[in-house]
Amino acid sequence: MNTPAAALEADAPVAPRRRRLPGIAALAGIGITLFWIAMAVFGPLIAPHEAGAIVDEDVFSPISAAFPLGTDYLGRDMLSRILWGTRYTVGVALAAAVIASGSGLLLGMSAAAWGGWLDSVISRVIDTLVAIPSKMFALVVVAAFGSTVPVLVLTAGIIYIPGAYRIARSLAVGVNALDFVRVARARGEGTFYVIREEILPNIIGPVLADFGLRFVFIVLLLSGLSFLGLGVQPPNADWGSLVRENLSGLHEGAPAVLMPALAIATLTIGVNLLIDSVSGRPRGEAG
Amino acid sequence: MLKLLLGRLAVGAVSLLFVSVAVFTITALLPGDVAEELLGQAATPEAVAGLRTSLGLDLPAPLRYLRWLAGLLTGNPGVSLVNKVPVAQLIGSRLPNSLMLAAATTLVAVPLALTVGITAAMWRGSLYDRVVSMLTLSLVSVPEFLVATAAVLIFAVHLRWLSALSYVSEITSIGQVLRAFAMPVLCLSCVIVAQMVRMTRAAVIDQLNAPYVEMAVLKGAGPVRVVLAHALPNAVGPIVNAIALSLSYLLGGVIIVEIIFNYPGIAKLMVDAVATRDMPLVQACAMIFCAAFLILVTTADMVAIAANPRLRHR
Repeated sequence: MNTPAAALEADAPVAPRRRRLPGIAALAGIGITLFWIAMAVFGPLIAPHEAGAIVDEDVFSPISAAFPLGTDYLGRDMLSRILWGTRYTVGVALAAAVIASGSGLLLGMSAAAWGGWLDSVISRVIDTLVAIPSKMFALVVVAAFGSTVPVLVLTAGIIYIPGAYRIARSLAVGVNALDFVRVARARGEGTFYVIREEILPNIIGPVLADFGLRFVFIVLLLSGLSFLGLGVQPPNADWGSLVRENLSGLHEGAPAVLMPALAIATLTIGVNLLIDSVSGRPRGEAG
Repeated sequence: MLKLLLGRLAVGAVSLLFVSVAVFTITALLPGDVAEELLGQAATPEAVAGLRTSLGLDLPAPLRYLRWLAGLLTGNPGVSLVNKVPVAQLIGSRLPNSLMLAAATTLVAVPLALTVGITAAMWRGSLYDRVVSMLTLSLVSVPEFLVATAAVLIFAVHLRWLSALSYVSEITSIGQVLRAFAMPVLCLSCVIVAQMVRMTRAAVIDQLNAPYVEMAVLKGAGPVRVVLAHALPNAVGPIVNAIALSLSYLLGGVIIVEIIFNYPGIAKLMVDAVATRDMPLVQACAMIFCAAFLILVTTADMVAIAANPRLRHR
C-alpha cells in the first residue's frame, strides 16, 4: 500500500543506533541478495528436476535426501519448483522496479531542473495516482487485462512510480539549489547537461537505495497477487503461487508451504538489510 | 485552521472523484465485448446488439461513466454479470461481515500497538526496544499472507489453541462467534500491529528529541515520567495520525485474511469477481475500498492539522 506523505515524516527512524554493529547484518544482506540473484540466473540449470515433473508418489512428503525441500500437493520436487520460481519472483520484480525507479528518477530530475509549470503538472498527476491503494489498483487492472507477465510488470511499475518520483524530486531539488549547479548554469550549460552531469551523480546513491526499497514493495505486491491466484498463472509459478498451491498442507506443517514462504521472507528481509547497510537510505518509508 | 481542514476535505473528495474516473477508465478499456462474453454460445449478432442496448454499452464512454457514477451514488451500481443479481444486494450481504472483522481487529490491535509502541519508545535503545524493532521490521517487510500463514501455523497447528481454516457459517452461541472470529482477527492484528507499533514509536521518539524533553531530563525527571507526563500529551496528534494511517493497511490485510479463512466478506467477493471478470462488481468493490482508504488517509491528515498548534491561528 502506498505510504502517504504524512507517514514519511511520522516514521523517521532513529538510525544512529544501528551503526554499532556494522558488519554482520550488512554482510548477510549482501550475501542473501547475491544468492537469490544468482539463483534467478542459474537456478533452472542446477534444479534437479523439471518444474512440472511429478517425481514422487507421496504428496506433501517431508524433507528427505531425494527431495531436499519435500514434495508438493502433486508430488513435484519443491526444490526444483522454488528454483524455477525465482525467475518469476526476482525477475518480474526487478523489471518492474527498473520501470518504477527509472521513470520516477527521470520525472523527478526533470521536475526539479526545469521547475515551474512542468514541476506542478507532474507533481499534481503523481499526487492523484497515490489516491488508489496499490492492491486495489492491481486488482482492477488484472480484472480488466488479465494477469500476463507484461501486464504484471507494467502495473507494478506504474504503482510505485509516485514513491520513486517523490524521493528523486526532493533530492534533485536540494542539489539544484547548490552553488555548483548555479555556476554550471551561469557558464551557459543547458538543462540536459545539468541533469546529466551535475544532478544525477549527486543523487544516485540514495536513488539506488530507494530502488532496493521499490523492489521489496513490488515483491510483496506481486507475491500477494499470486497468493490470491491473480498473479503469475499456472503452469508457471512464482513463490506466492507456490504458497497458494500448497496451502492445504499447512495443517500438517508441510515443507511445501513453508519453504516458498521462507524464500520470500529471506529475499525481502535480505534486501532490507542490504539497504540499511548502505548510507543514504531514504528515510522512513515502510510497508 | 478551519480553512485548512475544509481544504483537506475537498482534496479528499476530488481524489475520490479522480479514483472513480480511473477505475471506470481501466475497466472500460476492456479488450473484448462484454455482451458477446455474456452470451457465449448464443451470441447471434441480433442478441449481442440487443444486450448492448439494454446494458447501455452503445453509449459513448463519458455518458456511460456518468450513468455509472449516478448509479453508484444512488446505491444502484448495476447488475452482476456472472450471477445476474444486483451488485448492491451482493455487497449488502457481505459488507457487514467485513466491517465486523475490521472493528474487532481495531479493538484488539490499537490498544496492543499503543502499549508496545509507547513502551518501546520509553525504553529506547534497550534490549526490549531492539527486539520489538527487529520483530516489527521483519513483519512489515514480508507479505501479509506470510504473516497470516505463520499465525495459522503457530496458533492453530502447533499450539492448537484455535481451529485453522474454518469459518462457521451458522453461529448460534457466543462461543462460536469467538471461534469464528479469533483466527482471522488474530492474523489481521499481526499484520497491522507491526505497522502501528513502528509509527507510534516514531511519533513518541520524535517528541523525545524536542528541547523541552531535554529540559525535563535535566530537571531530573525519570524516563517514565518524561514519556508519560511530558512527551505523550504532545504526541497524541501524531499518534492518532499514525493509527489512522496504519488502519489503512487493514484494507490490504483483509483481502488476504478473508481468502485464507474463506471468510464471507467483501474482499473475498471482490477477488472472486476479479477472477470471473465480473466488472460491475469489481468496480463497486474497488470504489468501496478506495473510499475507505481515502477516508482514513484524509482523517489522518486532518488530525495532524488539528493537533498542530502552530496552524491554529492561521
